[in-house]
Amino acid sequence: MTASAGRTTWPVLAVVAGLAALAPLVFTDFFVSVILTKSLWLGVAAASLIFLSANGGMVSLAQVGIYGIAGMSFANLVAADGGSAAEWAPWLATLAAILIATAVGLAFGAIAARSVGIYFLMITLAFSVLVYYFFSQVTELSGFGGVNNVDLPALVGEPGQDPTRLYYVTLVVAILVFIGLRYASRTAFGLALQGLRDEPNRMRALGFNVTRHRILAFGLAAFVAAIAGVLSVWYNGRITPGSINLAQTIDVLIIAVIGGLYRLEGAWVGALTYALLDNYSREWTPTVGDVLGPERFNTILGVVFLVIVLLSPGGLVGLWEQGREFLGRRRRGPPGAVATPSPAGAAGDGTN
Amino acid sequence: MSGSPHTAPATSAAAETPGTPRRPGWSKRRIALALVGATIAVWLLVKASEDWRTFAVVTLNGITLAALFFVVASGFTLIFGLMRVVNMAHGSLYLLGGYLALEMQDAWFKEDTGLGISLSGTGGADYDLVSWIVPLLISTGIIAVLGVLIQQVFLRWNQGQDLRQALITIALSVIFADQMLAAFGGISKDIKTPTDWPESIALPGDVRFGFFRGVIVLGAALLIGLGLWWLITRTRFGKIVRAGVDDRDMVSALGINVQLVFAAAFLLGALLAGLGGVLGGTMISLAPGEDTAFLLNSLIVVIIGGMGSLAGAAIGALALGLVDAYADVYLVFGDTDLTNYSILVTFALLVAVLAVRPLGLFGRPA
Repeated sequence: MTASAGRTTWPVLAVVAGLAALAPLVFTDFFVSVILTKSLWLGVAAASLIFLSANGGMVSLAQVGIYGIAGMSFANLVAADGGSAAEWAPWLATLAAILIATAVGLAFGAIAARSVGIYFLMITLAFSVLVYYFFSQVTELSGFGGVNNVDLPALVGEPGQDPTRLYYVTLVVAILVFIGLRYASRTAFGLALQGLRDEPNRMRALGFNVTRHRILAFGLAAFVAAIAGVLSVWYNGRITPGSINLAQTIDVLIIAVIGGLYRLEGAWVGALTYALLDNYSREWTPTVGDVLGPERFNTILGVVFLVIVLLSPGGLVGLWEQGREFLGRRRRGPPGAVATPSPAGAAGDGTN
Repeated sequence: MSGSPHTAPATSAAAETPGTPRRPGWSKRRIALALVGATIAVWLLVKASEDWRTFAVVTLNGITLAALFFVVASGFTLIFGLMRVVNMAHGSLYLLGGYLALEMQDAWFKEDTGLGISLSGTGGADYDLVSWIVPLLISTGIIAVLGVLIQQVFLRWNQGQDLRQALITIALSVIFADQMLAAFGGISKDIKTPTDWPESIALPGDVRFGFFRGVIVLGAALLIGLGLWWLITRTRFGKIVRAGVDDRDMVSALGINVQLVFAAAFLLGALLAGLGGVLGGTMISLAPGEDTAFLLNSLIVVIIGGMGSLAGAAIGALALGLVDAYADVYLVFGDTDLTNYSILVTFALLVAVLAVRPLGLFGRPA
């Protein structure tokens, strides 16, 4: 998949980035902030999940836990209402927060990376939920109503007044993350990771330390998730335990699945879909008793998620590819066998 | 429970941990863990000697909590053991079971609303035994049928795709959680015990302990544990289940209707979640978020005990229940109260077990 996608990626990326850079001229501040900026940082979080899943065959639900640690660390290290309000300089706090979260991520990885498949999913889910319970119990760190009015770096200005600067910062970070993760998957490290996704025993026989490789990959993904965590605090200006709970863990998973678990760019496709649904589904949702209505966004989201999982394990990007294959304009190899159960069989199931 | 079919030889984790071949005996890691365990035991003894009565109550709290965890997690582990399905909607089934029983109790048995506010569980209204048992039976039955429906409609045609099945049940849990919030509101509620049941029982040493927790929940867990053990080791159904865990295709080839067995396993697993919900809704409370809490509890119990193992679920539940109970009370060192951080102890328990046995205490490679 990487080979055929590689040739077309750079021009497409340039066009998308160019269009994205023009967005603030076209759209309202509201749209730029609530839809685009939010999609960008949610996409970074989902990208860390997709990177692990696509290259390492590891579907990690710990990403929200790690980004929560980064966000909480940042919010506690700078001046804020609630939390420890250590009043560090925002940039220093950003650096420290990412370091802390990456270190915790490596430690999580050291425990979880020995497990594979569904066990890995469960253990990482337990991590994420434990992080949530930790911050909701320890009010010294999370404040009683969250950590509010967080001090932000001068670079992003006042996102509440003018969201454009934060949008551009987030855009640049998202592009860097995308390029960085793509590059990482093509290095010797990334190729070995793909090797041990498919044939761990052969890789072991070739002398690779499979567990250490998995841990390092998990650490890299934790680093990316930590960036998303800091961005989320920059975006919201606050962080609460409720914003890193199981629902958020599942939301990021849903974003990754909507985007397809094996294509990095799917992270942002999924995030944009999610943000659009989140904002506009409330307007056209008919009210059907208590069952459906503007308040029932999570039901809509759950149904969309369910339909996508049932129809196409490749998510929206996968649906698009399936459509192309169906039209037969271009012969593509089957998408790489990743953690998503064999796409060939799944595509067959999709006709049910 | 040593007769459980899943008791694995001590070396089974070796396949999962490459690098250093695992030798039987005392590795450095095990010695370190034994030292930590000994320190904790001594610490508990010191605390216990300060106040035996509190210690007894806290221990009983832990054991009864463990009983509830076991009821819920045994259903989770049963489904996984046979079908390799991680039912992420298990917590939703738990909470829905509790809510349904509560609705039935309110609708059919609420004789006198009085002030409607109660702290003791008896305020204003009288409840007899029937008003607790009937909702329990009906609600548990509904949840069991719902479980089979989920399995037949969504999971059956995705058999063998374990990640996809997990994602499907996650999607269902999102929908369930939102619908339950809409139907039952966000306020914490509880199911009332029959009014003529005693509030507490007296134990030797002048210790008093809640009747419902100590007798009903613990008794139910013991009965369920024994019943499941008998079912799995002594009946034809259990034989088929055990064979199915080892080699599903072979069982199928022998002419046994595996699909029927799968449906039955899902029925039983969901039934246990629903029953747990009614017990938990009476013992603790029902509120949005309890589904998450019990999914997490079930996950931790089976990660510690080993997926698919009944004995593992019992030991995992006991470990989690006791750790929760002790950490909530005894994390006080002089003037520093660290009980806020009790969740870290749970986490440490998880890490300690996974460090030694990545597949859990009784886990076996798939």
